[in-house]
Amino acid sequence: MKKSALFAAICVPAFLAAAPLAAKTLVYCSEGSPENFYPGVNTTGTSFDASTQVYSRIVEFERGGTQVQPGLAEKWDISADGTVYTFHLRKGVKWHTNKNFKPTRDMNADDIVFMFERQWKQDNPYFKVTSPNHSYFDDMGMPKLLKSVEKVDAYTVKVTLNQPEAPFLADLAMEFAAVQSKEYADAMLKAGTPEKIDQDPIGTGPFYLVQYQKDATIRYKSFPEYYGGKAKIDDLVFSITPDASVRWAKLQKGECHVMPYPNPADLDAMKKDPNVTILDQAGLNIGYLAYNTTKKPFDDVRVRKAINMAIDKKAIVDAVYLSSGVPAKNPIPPSMWSYNDAIKDDPYDPAAAKKLLAEAGYPNGLDTDLWAMPVQRPYNPNAKRIGELMQADLAKIGVKAEIKTFEWGEYRKRMQAGEHQMGMLGWTGDNGDPDNFLHTLLGCASAAGNGSNVAKFCNKSFDDLVTKAKVTTDVKQRTELYKQAQVIFKEQAPWFTIAHAVQLKPIRKEVVDFKLSPFGRHTFYGVDIKGK
Amino acid sequence: MLRFILTRVSLVIPTFIGITLLAFFLIRLVPGDPIETMAGERGIDAARHEQLKKDFGLDKPLIIQYGYYIERVLHGDLGKSIVTRESVLSEFQTLFPATVELAVCAILFALFLGIPAGILAAVRRNSIFDHGVMGISLTGYSMPIFWWGLILILVVSVQLGWTPVSGRIDVLYYIEPVTGFLLIDSFFSEDEGAFMSALGHLILPTIVLGTQPLATIARMTRSAMLEVLGEDYIRTAKAKGLSRFRVIGLHALRNALIPVVTVIGLQVGVLFTGAILTETIFSWPGIGKWLIEAIFRRDYPVLQGGLLLVGVIVMSVNLIVDLTYGLINPRIRHNR
Repeated sequence: MKKSALFAAICVPAFLAAAPLAAKTLVYCSEGSPENFYPGVNTTGTSFDASTQVYSRIVEFERGGTQVQPGLAEKWDISADGTVYTFHLRKGVKWHTNKNFKPTRDMNADDIVFMFERQWKQDNPYFKVTSPNHSYFDDMGMPKLLKSVEKVDAYTVKVTLNQPEAPFLADLAMEFAAVQSKEYADAMLKAGTPEKIDQDPIGTGPFYLVQYQKDATIRYKSFPEYYGGKAKIDDLVFSITPDASVRWAKLQKGECHVMPYPNPADLDAMKKDPNVTILDQAGLNIGYLAYNTTKKPFDDVRVRKAINMAIDKKAIVDAVYLSSGVPAKNPIPPSMWSYNDAIKDDPYDPAAAKKLLAEAGYPNGLDTDLWAMPVQRPYNPNAKRIGELMQADLAKIGVKAEIKTFEWGEYRKRMQAGEHQMGMLGWTGDNGDPDNFLHTLLGCASAAGNGSNVAKFCNKSFDDLVTKAKVTTDVKQRTELYKQAQVIFKEQAPWFTIAHAVQLKPIRKEVVDFKLSPFGRHTFYGVDIKGK
Repeated sequence: MLRFILTRVSLVIPTFIGITLLAFFLIRLVPGDPIETMAGERGIDAARHEQLKKDFGLDKPLIIQYGYYIERVLHGDLGKSIVTRESVLSEFQTLFPATVELAVCAILFALFLGIPAGILAAVRRNSIFDHGVMGISLTGYSMPIFWWGLILILVVSVQLGWTPVSGRIDVLYYIEPVTGFLLIDSFFSEDEGAFMSALGHLILPTIVLGTQPLATIARMTRSAMLEVLGEDYIRTAKAKGLSRFRVIGLHALRNALIPVVTVIGLQVGVLFTGAILTETIFSWPGIGKWLIEAIFRRDYPVLQGGLLLVGVIVMSVNLIVDLTYGLINPRIRHNR
């Protein structure tokens, strides 16, 4: 990549071009190339991992958790009615420098306003640059939610919402809200190369980009002037390695320190390797089988309950997820606040299921379709295999399920249109807020049209609870509301909850203080390497 | 000769049109939509979907899209990737040297081992050596690249520790891509270790990618040699008392090489196909992996542009082989 080469040539001291990198280099065997370095238009974890090292956000998720903590804003005030957020920004936050641009000022309110307007205002000159599809900004409902974003002074920004929205702060800690330099953007626009800000990024994050070679490597160096203090490692290299077995081979040989997404088949060997530790954490995700509650026979809760009892969940998790999944009983993962552990899962009881089915008017069983995704997803390693296991279980109570599948994009589209009777899908959390699961996937608003509520589940009591929780700012109160909502969910059974995939991360023993992110991000600020 | 060249070159035009048609329509026959694929679980609302279709020029009837595409191609513009928004041509230029470097090494590996092995097998026909070469080459020919690559990594890299696992160079070396050919760039860099590292990284992918051509070339050389060795002029040469080396190395080999040259030309296509898998296993940043990813993401411009460029290259190599063939063997250029 000539551009990157030139970039590197200018911004890296000459001696580096010839000599191996400095002592503390951490190599991460990433799984693919990023689309670009502007998370506002990206949706994949691969792209987020590449850009999150470079940028900072107004608020940040704590390392290894979902709590929101100060970022570029050192504090904020929320009005009593929950609609006005005033952010007080940190002073003296420095921007990186690259061959295109030398910043003349520190980060200030203009940059924060630019972050919002670039994704919000269609007349912003950057709205269409790289892509007009600001996927997460739109999905988090920002265009409807935001009333105004004003610069009060150089270090104060006031954001006014149209209605209170409890997850708003958590939304701002997401990747799409990465703050870019307005000054850099203006300069590149003037130069006629606006897309440069997304290809050769400048941020205020702990690492700056040195070189990106598509499908090969991404090189970063720690930014000495990072507002949180310089990172413990000096160099960070992403060695792009798409094949999981090869990533494992590289980890074994010490060619990389951290690898994502191991092959389940390699786990035994990994556990035996004395140089490797496997970190694990229940992921912020759920794999489920959704019943179309608007279609016969699944409009009857007794049928849904019967199917829930007919499927042997443990057998599925053991056979398909191996050691990388835990059976799910609630629609939200156990690591999320407000998880209701008091709820009892429907037991595996084919006899009771058959009885219930007969009560519902199907003594001889029934015919249905059973949709299975054509692709492997983080929350479901093999939908087709799970479908076959379910099919066999259902046959035992006289339910004849026909497995159906489509091309992935088509599959999701048709499920959202409600063409299925029952079908598998899943979700990975965006902001650690239960609203992101319960309202987004099961609320009445998303049941209409082509929304993400594929069970088309619209239960008034459930919807009242999650809607109330959405506009309540008190966490205790919200927790209570969500716990009640989970009780209704279990009674109404719009889904057969399959499993929460466990995030497994093999790392070399010399890696110190690497923390798993519940969002599946890989961040290296705070990580150290022993013995160097 | 001129007429021969003109006939061959004129055949290129319909082939080129055929490639553009295939590259354009084949991917559109595959179910899927780049915008839906990008959206994942999140989905995308209908209005935004329409807007994006318009932005990407996918809202027009196919035949019109094809027309625009051809017009742009003729102006040297292959469009921008839907996913990265970078120019297809610049992405190709970045990645192509890696593929060429690997392909050249693989073909050299195949030639240097395949031709001598084929000659020896023919000369010592029905010996243990002959059966050994034929047996091994049959195995090599039938070996699935993916499996072969992983086995080599496990044994040679992980168990024996002789070679690095994957990539083009140790990540600790920071080499500026000047030519894009890392062997050359690292050779001229001031760090000696870098060149050795680049060379070390080439060994396994070269063997994996070169195995099939090696098997084909060895078998082809053997059969061509056997045919030639039975000719009268060889017997005459032997009768004249020429040394065995001269008879085989000069008289027989030269004539036996004609079909081998054709096969080498055809192997270029095979190399590109093999590169897709080899590059994926060895994290080799070439065009094979780039195209595979474009298929998964339904990145139409990358696929159309990439396939077209690869097609043109394969076509050009075959044209050159055809012309060389005519040059070597006068009977071909006169036999109209």
